[in-house]
Amino acid sequence: MASHESSFRPASRAGKWLDERLPLPRVMHGQFVDFPTPRNINYLWTTGGLLTFFLGLQIATGVVLAMHYIPSAGEAFSSVEAIRRDVNYGWLLRNIHMVGASFFFLAAYIHIGRGLYYGSYKGPREVLWIIGVVIFLLMMATAFMGYSLPWGQMSFWAVTVITNLFSSIDAVIPGLGTRIVQWLWGGFSVSGTTLTRFYALHYLLPFVIAAAVGLHIWALHVVGQNNPTGIEIKQPSDSVPMAPYAIFKDIFALSVFVLLFAWFVFYLPDYLGHSDNYIEANPLSTPPHIVPEWYFLPYYAILRAIPDKLLGVIAMFSSILLLIFVPWLDTSRVRSAKYRPVYKWFFWMFVISVIALGYLGSKPPEPPYVGWARFFTAYYFLHLLVILPIVGVIESPRPLPRSITEAVLGKEPATQVASAGGGK
Amino acid sequence: MSSHTAEDPNRRDFIVIAAQAFAAVGAAVALWPFIHQMNPDASTQALATTEVDLSPVKPGQAITVVWRGKPVFIRNRTPEEVKAAKDVRIADLKDPLARNEALPDGSRATDENRTKAGKENWLVLVGICTHLGCIPKGQSMGDARGDYGGWFCPCHGSHYDTAGRIRQGPAPANLAVPPYEFLSDTQIKIG
Repeated sequence: MASHESSFRPASRAGKWLDERLPLPRVMHGQFVDFPTPRNINYLWTTGGLLTFFLGLQIATGVVLAMHYIPSAGEAFSSVEAIRRDVNYGWLLRNIHMVGASFFFLAAYIHIGRGLYYGSYKGPREVLWIIGVVIFLLMMATAFMGYSLPWGQMSFWAVTVITNLFSSIDAVIPGLGTRIVQWLWGGFSVSGTTLTRFYALHYLLPFVIAAAVGLHIWALHVVGQNNPTGIEIKQPSDSVPMAPYAIFKDIFALSVFVLLFAWFVFYLPDYLGHSDNYIEANPLSTPPHIVPEWYFLPYYAILRAIPDKLLGVIAMFSSILLLIFVPWLDTSRVRSAKYRPVYKWFFWMFVISVIALGYLGSKPPEPPYVGWARFFTAYYFLHLLVILPIVGVIESPRPLPRSITEAVLGKEPATQVASAGGGK
Repeated sequence: MSSHTAEDPNRRDFIVIAAQAFAAVGAAVALWPFIHQMNPDASTQALATTEVDLSPVKPGQAITVVWRGKPVFIRNRTPEEVKAAKDVRIADLKDPLARNEALPDGSRATDENRTKAGKENWLVLVGICTHLGCIPKGQSMGDARGDYGGWFCPCHGSHYDTAGRIRQGPAPANLAVPPYEFLSDTQIKIG
């Protein structure tokens, strides 16, 4: 853990007694009260707190929804309708859980984008970053299985399409892909058997995510937070204690974000979903236009952009797995894009290409959309595999300030600096 | 020189390696029930058969039946559709294999190999797109049938011809021909 003086003083005799036996309050105090936070972090650094909040919210609402949901092909659809109509406050709990998934992903995308912009993946934060990618993959698996549970048309066909991705292995080892798919299904097609196991895993995975988040926070508190300058904390005046400074910044950002969230929960609960999912699953009729939830659209566009089944699946998975290697693909010694005049532009072009892929993923697989999807898919991989390594070598970064304090207060670190750590 | 040096394997090394190997095999064996429980069980695997009466299906019409939880397309093809399917050169096909369970694996995807001799107007196919498992359109009269007059998968844009062979789009293989036999001129048994 990053070293700092502890201000923890057990107030009561019981507190002192516990401190000598299991110093958990001392550890929490050290990590979430005294913990030195860079004094210059902006509101993008509140997304971690947002994500923790949404994980807790999804688990809390999920556990109570599980008390009313019935994971069988015959009753799943009607039990979800009953939750919305009959269960006391079921409408509220279900809307929070459903819209919560979308906002969880929205916060995650902002969080990932911040990491890419400010170079938060660079040493010594590689492990922190990789755990983040793992959490993102777990979130995707959890969201996908959760989406299957209402057992509507989109649920059923999303499960069919995504589980069938594994049949592409048949092109390498004939028969193996089909075996894997039938193993996932527990039969020769998606059925109630599949639904029940997805339900079991959907209940399990959030707790795996919570454990991974624990590791993520642990790794963060070992190496310390990055900040908009990308310079490490070097002196006491570079940081402020986490409480109250960062904590209240988090609470304010959370309040604003939850206001937007509440607007969707209460007024537009189904806006982010697809109306076809209110038609019960029918294995004999594919909806004319299958689309995943909005947060999966860019990957879906990549899958469809490639005319070969196996290569399409490989491209889709590698579009995410490549993120693991970003700490080594980026060759620049400067972290923050604030001081990288060339990379800055490429970062925004990458963001635009991801948003464009999201739009194209929502469109039918026909010209001109397929052509554009190929273009932006190519650019996505070009950015990660070619632009990121080359720009780091050819670019001359702007001069860095000598410290966070200098970046905030200018060149004269006289008396003001000394008092900044004390919190004025 | 004692026999207990690191370079010289002794009885203790042997016991350690044997115990570790035993534990590894035991762990793998213990894991298997947890994996295998997800596979289709015997009741699912029991090969169900479906009998279908073809008499109400007029030329140009098609019906969909369920076999093993999967849709099976049965189309009574018009002579024009049969001719269109026969006129295609194998070299023009994306997938040159027949994909017919009744024939050896390497059989060519000729129209003859996709149907039963003497009953060439009848085309029986598993109605699942070989790309990602959607149900292609083309069974109902009003459906889009794609650029080759057979079936069109709306999910990712695969076009199948009048013999159910993939012609355009991401699907890697022709629609599969399930095992079936004619019980009489107007009745088939699938499975």
